Amino acid sequence: MRYQNMFTQVQLRGPLEKGPPLPPGSFARGDLAIYNYWAGKLGAAQIGPIYLGKLGIASLVCAFLAFEIIGLNMWASVNWDPIQFARQLPWLALEPPGPQWGFTLAVPLAEGGWWQMAGFFMTAALLLWLVRTFRRASALGLGNHVPWAFAAGISLILTLGFIRPMLMGSWSEAVPFGIFPHLDWTAAFSIRYGNLFYNPFHCLSIVFLYGSTLLFAMHGATILAVGRYGGEREIEQITDRGTASERAALFWRWTMGFNATMESIHRWAWWFAVLCPLTGAIGILLTGTVVDNWYLWAVEHGYAPGYPSTGVIDPATLPGAPQ
Amino acid sequence: MALLSFERKYRVRGGTLLGGDLFDFWVGPFYVGFFGVISAISALLGTLLIIYAASLGPTWNPWLISIAPPDISYGLGLAPLREGGFWQIITICAIAAFSSWALREVEICRKLGMGYHVPFAYGFAIFAYVSLVVIRPVLLGAWGFGFPYGIFSHLDWVSNTGYQYLHFHYNPAHMLAVSFFFVTGGALAFHGALVLSAVNPPAGEAVKSPEYEDAFFRDTIGYSVGTLGIHRLGLFLALSAGFWSAICIIISGPFWTRGWPEWWTWWLNLPIWS
Repeated sequence: MRYQNMFTQVQLRGPLEKGPPLPPGSFARGDLAIYNYWAGKLGAAQIGPIYLGKLGIASLVCAFLAFEIIGLNMWASVNWDPIQFARQLPWLALEPPGPQWGFTLAVPLAEGGWWQMAGFFMTAALLLWLVRTFRRASALGLGNHVPWAFAAGISLILTLGFIRPMLMGSWSEAVPFGIFPHLDWTAAFSIRYGNLFYNPFHCLSIVFLYGSTLLFAMHGATILAVGRYGGEREIEQITDRGTASERAALFWRWTMGFNATMESIHRWAWWFAVLCPLTGAIGILLTGTVVDNWYLWAVEHGYAPGYPSTGVIDPATLPGAPQ
Repeated sequence: MALLSFERKYRVRGGTLLGGDLFDFWVGPFYVGFFGVISAISALLGTLLIIYAASLGPTWNPWLISIAPPDISYGLGLAPLREGGFWQIITICAIAAFSSWALREVEICRKLGMGYHVPFAYGFAIFAYVSLVVIRPVLLGAWGFGFPYGIFSHLDWVSNTGYQYLHFHYNPAHMLAVSFFFVTGGALAFHGALVLSAVNPPAGEAVKSPEYEDAFFRDTIGYSVGTLGIHRLGLFLALSAGFWSAICIIISGPFWTRGWPEWWTWWLNLPIWS
């Protein structure tokens, strides 16, 4: 196992890395950094230091507020009983406003207003953190690839909790906070709109999700396999190709007739990972707004088999049905 | 010859597991080897059987073509070709093709002096496939529990199998698998992005070293796992996703027959609550 590069064999200890100097006007990084032996077995042994700027503090405050609003509402829902709170925690929810409220901006707190407030603070926390990643990247003279990837993930969250409910004109379309409740929402959503598996953008999103996992398995395994040639020094291999890159490329060329380069594999990775939430968000955005039943839509467009009528009338089509 | 500029010096004899020098050659960019021959024959046979079975079916619409496993009544026996027999032979071809592909990867690793991480990782994908079409059907006693080979028909199978357990999201192994899939996607985005951001800096900036990559993640979240560590972490996350996917379907039926939401009653009934 020694040569399979599963764990770091020798860990060096010296002065902790401070990191490159930051531009004038930045906060100090602080001295909170330590070595951890077990972290060092898998990756870097150094933990910290962290840069805690204004945006970081504001984001953490917002995240804390959202977390507290959700937790206290859940605790209130079991009559402030601490034992029942712990026991029922996975089932507890903070639900969005009911359909009678439409897309009213300020709903009374107990009727879904707390959900709106938690959602607001969660969104604020995510956006502040996003701006923070842009600022951290530019302070170090790096490209903005990480912040844009993070933005792709945030776009899916905002689509589920804000943009689609706005287009549908009802907060009740949004996802509740809670462990099992958000899973219940997902299942109910799929059934309500005629099986999301027939939504082509859901198909694409799953393809990119599985594709990302496949790519990371392939890429991670390839780099570890050429670790004995220094393959993990990817930036060096990109700017000055060495035998690690050449072997990694030839492995895939000989296996499947095609290979990426040390740089292009990271472009494949970035696009696969980023397109997963983006295509997912498009699929969510179209559901209920443009397409009401994905299965029937698929039958109409020739990619789902139709079944003979059962003679049962769908009550939703009758004149008395709620619109 | 589809040879890269640096490729010739790497094309050396040896490293084969079986067949010695007999199949030790390349066709275009592809390495052949004994397992390449087996893999090509079984993949070709399986594909032709799918096309032939499709020709006997009702449609040539590629979204709708479906080759179904035998009816449950055939149990673990062989079925006539048109009643699931094709599915059985195609499954054998697929397993033969996937396994020999993995062994061919081992031979290529040996030729290039690389570790065996890729074939090891690929083994998890094969395990997940075998779980669906062999392990679970055998535990349940009928090949009919395998999934049909078709683009949308296999999605119908996933829906129907999921709803048999009322609500599959409550399956704890499914929860782990989905979480690993999402975390893998996030980690891949960040890894790809970090490397690209270091070698594609803003105009006028120099290409950055790994010290800057570490500093970016330490500044942002307080920890950077490092250039070697991210590949170990990524491989671990990706393989965990595949592994728990396999486990979540193996336990559904053979080890738990009721709705998955009901499984969680053990938590509500723990003695610590009273």
